[in-house]
Amino acid sequence: MPTLLDYRRRIRSVKSTQQITRAMKFVAAAKLRRAQEGVFAARPYAKEILRVLRSAAARMESPAHPLLQRRPEEKILVMVLTGDRSLCGAFNSNVLRHAMDFIREHHTQKLELIVVGKKGRDTLRKRGFSFVAEYLDVSAKVEFSKAKEIAARVAELYTSGEVDAVYAIYNEFKNVMVQNLRAEKLLPVDPEVVKKAADGEELLAHHAGPGGSLPTEPAPGGQGRLVDYIYEQPVEQIFNGLVPRYLEGEIFRILLESAAAEHAARMTAMDSATRNASDLIEKLTLRMNNIRQAAITKELIEIVSGAASANS
Amino acid sequence: MATLPEKIELQVVTPERHILSEDVDSLEMPGKDGYLGILPGHAPLITELGVGILTYHKGGETRYLTVMYGFAEVLPDRVIVLAEISERAEEIDVARATAALERARADTPKAGSTEADWDRANAAIERATARLQAATKAGSGSGAAGAVSRTMQHQAA
Repeated sequence: MPTLLDYRRRIRSVKSTQQITRAMKFVAAAKLRRAQEGVFAARPYAKEILRVLRSAAARMESPAHPLLQRRPEEKILVMVLTGDRSLCGAFNSNVLRHAMDFIREHHTQKLELIVVGKKGRDTLRKRGFSFVAEYLDVSAKVEFSKAKEIAARVAELYTSGEVDAVYAIYNEFKNVMVQNLRAEKLLPVDPEVVKKAADGEELLAHHAGPGGSLPTEPAPGGQGRLVDYIYEQPVEQIFNGLVPRYLEGEIFRILLESAAAEHAARMTAMDSATRNASDLIEKLTLRMNNIRQAAITKELIEIVSGAASANS
Repeated sequence: MATLPEKIELQVVTPERHILSEDVDSLEMPGKDGYLGILPGHAPLITELGVGILTYHKGGETRYLTVMYGFAEVLPDRVIVLAEISERAEEIDVARATAALERARADTPKAGSTEADWDRANAAIERATARLQAATKAGSGSGAAGAVSRTMQHQAA
């Protein structure tokens, strides 16, 4: 039976753990806000790129680009996005479970892997996978240059024919409580994206959509009508320049979404940990008081019975 | 005939942030094949951007931004600049840009380097130069910020 002192120690230890979880929660909340702002800030650029891309495509006979080329999917590149740190609930394990399912489903094809995040790398490496590339410490501060680097590598693998399709498995940030697991096809670029769509809005809705609760800004110049542009450079050259930008933008968005989802997951996990710690402290305090009372009662009885026997 | 707009709504966005949104009188920007001057009522145009300085005039004031790579869309009453990198002249860290320029110059590829190496080295020099120019221009304009950046540049040099 634990003594009073044991309980005291136990409570103290739970309290200090709680302090840590509470601090982590606040840190995650602050980081989440920044990540959300990042997702928000990236949107106008992505939207505009897509609009210019479309209007250029609409002016071309047959828009063609190595990244739009379709081949039978025999070799697949899978990009798995996890966090670098743990203590964020089921965030990492969810992505990894999804990735394993995906790998199992596509076991007939040849698979290559790219991992983003330490957790994913460690786990997948332990399971005996090797990677074409790994990117660590991305989610702490998502930078566009990182997205560019990843996009360049992915595009290179695709254009050289080493892989026939590229998928990204990541947590999409829906809102603070909900993260959606997604396996999204990055390459070949969906021809719908560059389709000669007069109304760009419905596809744009997809790009603005995943943010759910995030504020969406009205597109600066969101009208879909075709304007007769002068092209400073040949339209093909502009188009060829835009397609990789589009891929970079998509990867940047995915990195941002995943980072925001990670912070949200950590915040929720730490919030419930803090609450559990409170419950535990309450329970322990109650039991400690029980024991203390019992000890006092016992002492009283001893004194009283001692006095009684001395008197008699 | 429709009257020409008097102002241009200038939007500068990068993937990481919205740099600028302002109504301006006119602007010049670095197209890939040379600078373009834009006045209100310009015919719709799309261009790739090079590395350089975007200058805009508003009232009697002239302001500078660096712009690197990306695209710009020009409409009669609006210009949207989709730059990969862009910063206001006031934000430029002159000491850092000077250091970058020196590093880039010292690091020019040796004989036998690939074309990509040369491209990278040239791009680094180009970027640093654009930053320094923007900072210097903003500095020669007016104000204490300019004096500070000039002295900083002086010290760094």
